[in-house]
Amino acid sequence: MNWEAFWLTVRLAGLVSALLVVIGIPVAYWLTYSRWRWKFLVEAAVALPIVLPPTVLGFYVLVALGSRSPVGRWWESLTGHTLAFTFEGLVIGSLLYSLPFAVQPFAASFGAVDRSLLSASASLGHSPLQTFRRIVLPLSKAGLVTGFALSFAHTLGEFGVVLMVGGNIPGVTRTISIDIYDQVEAANYSSANETALVLLVISFVVLSVVYGVNRKAWVVGPWR
Amino acid sequence: MAVTPVVAGRSATLKSTLPISSELEVRIRKRFPNPEGTFSLNVHFRALAGFTILFGASGAGKTTLLDCIAGLTEPDEGRLTAGGEDLYDSEKKMNVVAWKRNIGYVHQDLALFPHMTAQENVEYGLRGLSSSEKKERSLAILDLFQIADLRERPPAEISGGERQRVALARALVTEPRALLLDEALAALDRPTKSLLVGDLRKWNQHHRVPILFVTHNHEEVFALGDEVIVLDAGRIVAQGRPHEVMRAPRMEMVARLSGFENIFDATVMALHETRGTMACRLEKSEIELETPLVRAEAGSKLRVGIQAGDLLLATEDPHGLSARNILPGTIRRLLQRDVIVSAMVDCGGIEFEVHLTLAARDGLKLGPGKKVWVVVKTHSCHVMEA
Repeated sequence: MNWEAFWLTVRLAGLVSALLVVIGIPVAYWLTYSRWRWKFLVEAAVALPIVLPPTVLGFYVLVALGSRSPVGRWWESLTGHTLAFTFEGLVIGSLLYSLPFAVQPFAASFGAVDRSLLSASASLGHSPLQTFRRIVLPLSKAGLVTGFALSFAHTLGEFGVVLMVGGNIPGVTRTISIDIYDQVEAANYSSANETALVLLVISFVVLSVVYGVNRKAWVVGPWR
Repeated sequence: MAVTPVVAGRSATLKSTLPISSELEVRIRKRFPNPEGTFSLNVHFRALAGFTILFGASGAGKTTLLDCIAGLTEPDEGRLTAGGEDLYDSEKKMNVVAWKRNIGYVHQDLALFPHMTAQENVEYGLRGLSSSEKKERSLAILDLFQIADLRERPPAEISGGERQRVALARALVTEPRALLLDEALAALDRPTKSLLVGDLRKWNQHHRVPILFVTHNHEEVFALGDEVIVLDAGRIVAQGRPHEVMRAPRMEMVARLSGFENIFDATVMALHETRGTMACRLEKSEIELETPLVRAEAGSKLRVGIQAGDLLLATEDPHGLSARNILPGTIRRLLQRDVIVSAMVDCGGIEFEVHLTLAARDGLKLGPGKKVWVVVKTHSCHVMEA
């Protein structure tokens, strides 16, 4: 069991899912309430990482972060090194990779809040933003937990994007899934099995949390 | 008065320290879709302090109208003023946003915030006050609506009638300059409703604001209205005191909405001024009905409307009744709707619709072909212009 890779992965997933709460809420707010006619294009773009091969996403992120791109050059002038093959680069890649897993549950739960509550709040003198903070967000708790947990779990297990953007630098970009790959390559099956099992258990726990917070009383069944 | 004066900073929005010129003037046009197509709402009216009923069938545009007044939807054109202040004016291109209009709106489904207690719901609209002031004011209004003991409970844990009270208290605690009620009492039984209306009237004695009350139930019109506005397909088709508009409907549309299942063309045959009645013969029949006297001449044409629920059926020729009109006939068919049975009775060329209970149908063994007598009280006949 490579604990260095494990804690690096947990740190990456925790940071990414926390950042996605901050980024995802405004994006989901806009997707829920905007009446812009081309909104569906943004929706499609946000959903892209679900269907795109991680290597494709990773490739474009690598190009975008590299020293030939304006973003890469700007970062290099700021910090003296490129984003590619760094932990920061990994964070940016993972943010894009897991964005839909945060935004979609957020938007779905915002959209599920009864519009008549929003009208009532407006009639009681609250602006849309105040209404969002005091009515929509509290009623979307399950969606927020779901988005956080799914993006955490999704980032935990990412492989292709990490390999493309981060490479395989121990303690910097070597995540747990890459470690498993390395161990299998080295025919170190018992160690790979151990690590894989840890990932499996964590993923199961996270998904149990997701389904747990979203369960309805009747789903639990009549035996309760 | 239960509500305490407000601090200076709040007086601009909470109007208790300002004199309230309580009039709502509405002149708007708006196209709105409904299941039968697109209608154009086109209305102009004033509502003074007190209850004004907006009456009409569903799809008449009542809710669209309220949404326009509340600022939840924008009219296509027109002007809206409350207490002399412009809320919307298409010419000046001004449209005050909903959250700055200070108009109380109680939606049909009440829209209580499920994650807040009754008291938190009520305090939600009190902004910019200290928490002790909020508490004082919310408790005062919860007390007025007799729900102070429920204040710690969330909406899911209180009864329908209590929820209605919380919703009203929540809308009123902000001291709105007008109150819009969209079928807000429709779900209540009659005693609960009249208690609640009593509390609302009590509140309005001090505040004197216009209360626009939407309903499609004609009983509510008589129970509540100082003034009634009848809407049909987006237009005002009648306006006035409820007993004028509803009891003596001058237009067949109003009559239909008011629940007159039986409407007949008739000719005045004789006036009995000393008795306050007149005799009218129904068109295409030999039937003469005794109706209340209206200003009319013998030979003039008019219409008679009778509610199906006001008619009686007898299976034997009745004697010793005070009712003046007893018409022999034959049941053509019976239709059951819910717990009401509609009997269609042929009385010599004229068909009457009579509403019965299930028990009456079974007790009298009524069925198609059965010989019956239709009993019509004079004052169940509502006379209107042809």
